Amino acid sequence: MDLALSEEQRMVQQMVRDFAQKEIAPLIKESDRSGQMNPLVLARMAELGILGMCLPVRYGGQGMDYISLGLACEELEVVDSTLRVVISVHVGLNSLGLFQWASEEQKQRFLAPQARGEKIACFGLTESGAGSDVANIQSSARRQGNAYILNGEKMWISLATKAQNCLWIGRTNPAAQEPHESLSAFLVELDRPGVKVGDLHGKLGMRAGSTGWIAMQDVHVPEENRIGEEGEGFKIAMACLDNGRYTVAAGATGLIRACLEASVRYAQERHAFGKEIGKFQLIQQKIATMVQSYEAARLLYLWAGWLKNQGLRNTRETSLAKWFSTEASFQAASEAIQVHGAYGYSDEYDVERYLRNAKGAVIYEGTSEIHQLMQAGYALGYRKDAALRCELPAYDAAFWQNP
Amino acid sequence: MNIVVCIKQVPDSAAKMAVEGGQISWGEAPLVLNPWDEFAIEAALQLIEAGGGDLTVVSVGGESAKEALKTALAMGCTQAILVSDPALQGADSQASAHLLAGVIKKVGNVEAAFFGKQAIDGDMGVTAAQTARLLGWPMLGLVASIKVEGGKLQVEKSLEEGRQVVECQLPAVVSVSKDIGEPRYPSFMGIRKASRATIPTWDLAEVGIGAPTSVVHWPEVLNPPVREVKTEIITGGSAQEIAEKLADKILEEKVL
Repeated sequence: MDLALSEEQRMVQQMVRDFAQKEIAPLIKESDRSGQMNPLVLARMAELGILGMCLPVRYGGQGMDYISLGLACEELEVVDSTLRVVISVHVGLNSLGLFQWASEEQKQRFLAPQARGEKIACFGLTESGAGSDVANIQSSARRQGNAYILNGEKMWISLATKAQNCLWIGRTNPAAQEPHESLSAFLVELDRPGVKVGDLHGKLGMRAGSTGWIAMQDVHVPEENRIGEEGEGFKIAMACLDNGRYTVAAGATGLIRACLEASVRYAQERHAFGKEIGKFQLIQQKIATMVQSYEAARLLYLWAGWLKNQGLRNTRETSLAKWFSTEASFQAASEAIQVHGAYGYSDEYDVERYLRNAKGAVIYEGTSEIHQLMQAGYALGYRKDAALRCELPAYDAAFWQNP
Repeated sequence: MNIVVCIKQVPDSAAKMAVEGGQISWGEAPLVLNPWDEFAIEAALQLIEAGGGDLTVVSVGGESAKEALKTALAMGCTQAILVSDPALQGADSQASAHLLAGVIKKVGNVEAAFFGKQAIDGDMGVTAAQTARLLGWPMLGLVASIKVEGGKLQVEKSLEEGRQVVECQLPAVVSVSKDIGEPRYPSFMGIRKASRATIPTWDLAEVGIGAPTSVVHWPEVLNPPVREVKTEIITGGSAQEIAEKLADKILEEKVL
């Protein structure tokens, strides 16, 4: 396994860094304070190709690999978690799900406009009564001839009010013996009659982003919008989470880096007891732990990205990366505030925003508790990954880059 | 229209220069494409996009300068050339200008040579003018916008109190100011192209000139003296007393 970055990957990293630092960083504090997503973010990411970066050119993408995707997420979250959330949702949870499971016709119809950034995509799985307990979702998709009638309400949906397309999971067969076998996936255009969307407010963090709800009332969706087979919805949702969690892991790594960089800077500026506070061992201990967390988190996501590039199943490794890096980012943000003292507690500095944002990521896309159950399940032999009908395609530069 | 953009690889703008034993050190700062040169590339790309032609990017430097050239390729330049020769060690701006003029002649059919207004390491800001002099071409400096019509170059120059329209016949040398507009980022397609590009390295023999002589030397380089700042807290029993002490202190120190 060679984790040295290629020239191409380093250039992608630099390009995304320049974009985030030059265009978003100067405005992020204001967006966070006002609780409004910067209206230019999605348009600029689309224009720069970031919204389709790791999809083949023939599907409207830019033909980069999965490691480049991770590097981009790291760079985006160094500036703000909400930028990375755009990639997690639009690319990880939705577009890569279509790339893995959709038919060729569906890829041209839905995936290509998403990869070009002409359509923004979100992911409708979570409900007010079903988060970790995915198999218990109540939304229904009742067959009626060659169509389905969708009903139900999805909650905590990132980009709900910004997206045009939603990869939506609902129950098609309430009588199925196993609850998770009763679910199916649909690509729903959110301008269909009967769809309502709204924003959620009062969040602890992620205030510069968009989180909302999507309600469906008797929404007619043609059969051609069903992704995969009927009853495959649970597997599709879990496969989407393998991709979304990868982006969260890489992003949280960026958040640790942001905490580290802010702490090092402040520790060298601030003086107490006659010397810069970086000279004190208890400050050094915090910084050393951040370095350790950053390097470990980075290796974990690069490992998962490498497996994805090879076309190897990575549910276990991605879960491990997501669990570790999000927990470590929360710790790093908390310690970064401690390094900054009272100033860290004020929004004059960025570190309090890092902490508020970090808390979200240990909850969404599999709580830390779910990931611990998964890891224990693998170790104890209770959990094994069965082969999927459609696996995420390995990265093949020649295929991905030819129109 | 065929354009050559001359670029330089420099330490990152956040790098801090340190002088150790008369030698300049930028520490471990990453090397980047000179930020001013990004504006020159942007200006040239806009002209090529509007009217067609080739955009060749040239840099004088070591092997590492290929990274800056690749950034330029990823932004959209057609081809890149690195000029490197052991005899160029410590070349001043005039020596560089000799070399660049030689490269521009060798590339052939070049109608304009673009430069950033200066490099952020040496901060001389004269290479464009020196190259124009050696080529015998007119030079338009600090350009904010550019039009090309019928073999003529018309530019707007940024001045302190407005803008000035200037024109000349092609071929010409142009140095570009930041008023041209924000340089684009490398595109993903450009990154792919750049990462696969093989950049040719020309030595002096290949350029077809002898080793240019440097005439400007830096006999001494110093960091600015460290400012010693003393802080004194003035105390007193009342605001009146503190203010009086402060006023006395200000007069005593001849601040006023």
